[in-house]
Amino acid sequence: MTTTTRAPRTDVAPPGGNDPAPAPPRRRLAPRRNSRRPVWDEEPGLAASAAKALALLVICFLAIYPMFSVLATSLSSQEEIVAKDGLVLWPDRPTLAAYQQILSGGVVTDALVRSIGITVVGTLCSVFFTVLMAYGLSRPRVVGGRFWLLSVLFTMFFSAGIIPNFLVVSELGLLGSYAAVVLPVLISAFNLVVVRSFFMGLPAELFEAARIDGAGDLRILATMVLPLSKGVIAVVSLFYGVAYWNAFFNAMLYLDMEQWPLSMILRQYVLLGQPVAENAAMASEMSAPTQAIQMAVVIVSLVPIVVAYPFLQRYFTKGVITGAVKG
Amino acid sequence: MATVPVGATTVGGARRRRPDDPSRERKVSLLARIRRDKVLLAMIVPGFLYFAVFQWLPLAGNVIAFVDYQPYRGFIDSVWVGFENFATVFGDPTFYYALRNTIVITVLQLVLFFPVPIALALLLNSIMTPRIRSFVQSVVYLPHFIGWVLLVSIFTQILGPLGVLPNLMEAVGLPPFSAMTEPWFFPFLMVIETIWKDAGWGTIIFLAALGNINSDLYEAAAMDGASKWRRTWHVTLPGIMPVIILLLILQIGTILSVGFEQIILQRDAVGPEAAEVLDTWVYYHGIQDGEWGPATAVGLVKGIVGFALVLGSNKLAHLLGQDGIYRK
Repeated sequence: MTTTTRAPRTDVAPPGGNDPAPAPPRRRLAPRRNSRRPVWDEEPGLAASAAKALALLVICFLAIYPMFSVLATSLSSQEEIVAKDGLVLWPDRPTLAAYQQILSGGVVTDALVRSIGITVVGTLCSVFFTVLMAYGLSRPRVVGGRFWLLSVLFTMFFSAGIIPNFLVVSELGLLGSYAAVVLPVLISAFNLVVVRSFFMGLPAELFEAARIDGAGDLRILATMVLPLSKGVIAVVSLFYGVAYWNAFFNAMLYLDMEQWPLSMILRQYVLLGQPVAENAAMASEMSAPTQAIQMAVVIVSLVPIVVAYPFLQRYFTKGVITGAVKG
Repeated sequence: MATVPVGATTVGGARRRRPDDPSRERKVSLLARIRRDKVLLAMIVPGFLYFAVFQWLPLAGNVIAFVDYQPYRGFIDSVWVGFENFATVFGDPTFYYALRNTIVITVLQLVLFFPVPIALALLLNSIMTPRIRSFVQSVVYLPHFIGWVLLVSIFTQILGPLGVLPNLMEAVGLPPFSAMTEPWFFPFLMVIETIWKDAGWGTIIFLAALGNINSDLYEAAAMDGASKWRRTWHVTLPGIMPVIILLLILQIGTILSVGFEQIILQRDAVGPEAAEVLDTWVYYHGIQDGEWGPATAVGLVKGIVGFALVLGSNKLAHLLGQDGIYRK
């Protein structure tokens, strides 16, 4: 997260010294001073420090507690939820019953497999075509370079609208096919620009040297550019992967019930409170999902995001800033 | 919301980066250049086909706004009706709900959401210990990656009729308040959810701006006796003002698009009169009810007005000496 650290501080240490470097010996001006605080900056009072700490605690609590509450409910038995009026801080007797029920085959398990499939295949396709096009557009003096680029950039300002998009997908005969949740969102212009500007920032000498050695563009991309671009590719993979995993609107429009990904099951169970059934008669025979089951489905959808997050986190702020500032 | 595609400024950058005279380039014939760049072209064309089919072709589909489109007749045999679809829209009272709700939600977002990332960034920036700072950052960035279905599900657990908050209020003797089913509260619910999801993420761009402020300015101000608050007021705020203005202007460009997925998921809990916005109006009237013409008409007008707002707000950014989404 180098981009968010501050400019080197004017400290007692000679200017230009990096923050994390071992601090040179120096006289202490005041006892228990934060060594990272510049000398001219007065130490905050006790009340100010306490208020700040409290604010940070409240913010972290507000960000985390909703997810924690979902987890607690998903680990409770239905009797306990009812007995506590839905207010389960932490279950007395945690049980994995809800998870056993949804993951032992059936609607949720199938949807989970489909969601993983759509996310993996979709992300691979998206990253593949994004990197190829970004590389092509990053080379100077490619034929029609300005035309290709403008045809992409314009789509950032204007979108056709829901109905024309729906009609194009249906005219192409993609209704009820998994391609309908991948192809219409294959390349994001924003991600393309991020990757392209990263490629353009690579030193030109690198490309010249490779060309003199007789390497073609494919070879340069595969053996030189890609190894240097792991970070930016990780960022766009994260963005694409999260988008595919979370997507529900295209699935709702284009997929049949037996093709639904997890996000649609979530909507059906939690937001509509209904079982997944072909018709109303079948639905009335099936019991509505219990609150523990609903919350277990929420946790199952949440886990991949939370697990992937720490691995990719160190890249993404850098990626966003690259896209936003570097140009 | 802060992840603005400012990177689009590359158009200008690419041009400047060519050191050689373009007139020399023209001496090579087009055919020879195509042959020379055949590998690069093979890389670009698949991506270009995507943009052509799924971004440009639908633009042409907007012609439906001017015909009496019936799916069984197809495009060719549909009758041209001119602006009749637009007249239908303006005669429909539900359209005015949608317009009103869109504007109410947008204005609330602007007033209530927009300052939050700035305040949060100032708070984060004041944390001295890197460990605490990066921990808090990790926590507040995470909700950005939670999609709307998941987010609304989580909120149902907290604010829904059977959720934590109503039960808690009942337990302490207050009348229970179900935030997700009260029509008047709907716009505020949208803002609260957006703050939970994106306030942390929105700090990234402000933190970068804060990091770019020259620390000599702070030192000089402190030497002159400026207190912490005065330094925030006279050094920090002017330092990030360009970014604030830029993001504010970009917000104007998206004024007619309030979270479509977010609203469509929660519309039925409060009913269309309180929750319908332009995008959901298009979806329900077009795809659900088969009124293809009027729905496309609304989508088209929304697209054109949105486009004009983006161009206009960029113009404004340029007048104020900022870069906007693209450079002059």
